Amino acid sequence: MSHHIVEVKGLHHTYPDGTLALRNISLRITHGESVAVIGANGAGKSTLLQHFNGYLTPTAGEIRIGDFPLTRETLPDIRRTVGMVFQNPDDQLFMPTVYDDVAFGPLNLGLPAGEVDERVRAALAKVGAVHLQGKPPYRLSGGEKKRVAIATVLSMSPDILVMDEPTNGLDPFARRQLMGLLREFHHTRIFTSHDLDMVLDLCERTIVLHEGEVKADGPTREIFADAALLAECRLEKPLSMQGCPVCGSSA
Amino acid sequence: MCSIDGTLLDFKNLDRLAAGDTGIHRLDPRAKVVVTLVFVVCVVSCGKYELAALLPFFLFPVFMVTLADIPALYLAKKIAVIIPFAVMVGMFNPLLDRQAVLHVGALGISGGWVSFASIVVRAILTVSSALVLVAVTGFPAICAALERMGMPQPFAVQLLFLYRYIFVLTEEGAQVSRARELRTFGGRGRGIRVYGSMIGHLLLRTWMRAERIHMAMLARGFSGAFHTRRQFCFGTRETAFVLGWSLFFITARLVPVAHLLGSLVTGIL
Repeated sequence: MSHHIVEVKGLHHTYPDGTLALRNISLRITHGESVAVIGANGAGKSTLLQHFNGYLTPTAGEIRIGDFPLTRETLPDIRRTVGMVFQNPDDQLFMPTVYDDVAFGPLNLGLPAGEVDERVRAALAKVGAVHLQGKPPYRLSGGEKKRVAIATVLSMSPDILVMDEPTNGLDPFARRQLMGLLREFHHTRIFTSHDLDMVLDLCERTIVLHEGEVKADGPTREIFADAALLAECRLEKPLSMQGCPVCGSSA
Repeated sequence: MCSIDGTLLDFKNLDRLAAGDTGIHRLDPRAKVVVTLVFVVCVVSCGKYELAALLPFFLFPVFMVTLADIPALYLAKKIAVIIPFAVMVGMFNPLLDRQAVLHVGALGISGGWVSFASIVVRAILTVSSALVLVAVTGFPAICAALERMGMPQPFAVQLLFLYRYIFVLTEEGAQVSRARELRTFGGRGRGIRVYGSMIGHLLLRTWMRAERIHMAMLARGFSGAFHTRRQFCFGTRETAFVLGWSLFFITARLVPVAHLLGSLVTGIL
């Protein structure tokens, strides 16, 4: 199924104010992979993600999502294929109720009412939020908002799930709950995160960005074992790979 | 800002009432919007010395509150917040207009006092009907109803967004204000310049948020048309509701019902 593939070739991006955000990025993410994009603040993670659904257009280079190159004509198809969950769920939930919000995407796809209803219910059931469907978004807790934000994307049945900082701002329980949920997806998954323990848990592959360039791309465990690389990119080992602070034994 | 937080919370409470399931709640939103509009027009168009003529109009809010199970005390508190404004509007009437128009025994009541009372009563009536409308319909449904009745969609969408993000914006405003509060000592740091930059900052943040929301909408296939799944059903109940109340309001406006009732009672006596 080639439509689950993300391919980026020689991507450059310069913001209108002249900031060079991405330099010569090339990568290929294949079907069913779970990939983390990590890096320091301002390394270009969010900029890269915003190219995946065509919100930003490359200054130079090419992006292919599945069978299509990303162009103005293919944009609607690509936006259906790539489900994007934003960092701040308040930006994503803008309809009066949870149900309306989850139905927003399917309605825009022009699906019939029965099908929309089915999809909304299925998406809400998947994230365990059926009981929230009548609530307005401002009544939800942070964890609930995040789960509903994921449902809004799932209802469009995307092939590729892209998430910016999924565990950001969640309490430990909500974080575990979300990670359990993400583990069950069989989509191609792309996350950015500073939560390196989550990356270790969920992603078999990690791409390290540093000052707009791909610094490393490989199996997560190998990347986290490379202390010099991590230090250079303002990162560190996940806590679970560091020594125990009490007894001093190494993990 | 604390008070803004508090008012906001209460606004959410009003919205929660709209989740009720009574006969009134189930009526098509359009019917309720139309009836409220007719009500407001009839009340507002009453002459400034007419006080008795306004009394029959109280029947409508009382009817709605009773049938829709809305806590009357809560509503009364909400109305009490608005009354000072009405009082301010009519404050000078008793001073300017001293001609007696009403006699209770030997006591002459000046036109100023009557028009003052009329302003306050009309404020109570219109505000209560608007609050009741939101409490039994919910803001999103009102927007949808207005749209169905011909309001251009961009306006309806604007209203919906306003309603959704007013909570987020006030929260942000409260945060910024709290942050300033914590770092002002004595009178310093409270000036208009700081205030100006705070407002500017808030505007920029709003702008950026709007961009992110737009991005989220595009990501989910937004192409300009706003689809809603709301089902509307304007049946016989709605028709009866609209006709019945409109007829009542217009009659109460044109015919001095209170006078008739009064003379009827005195006639019987």
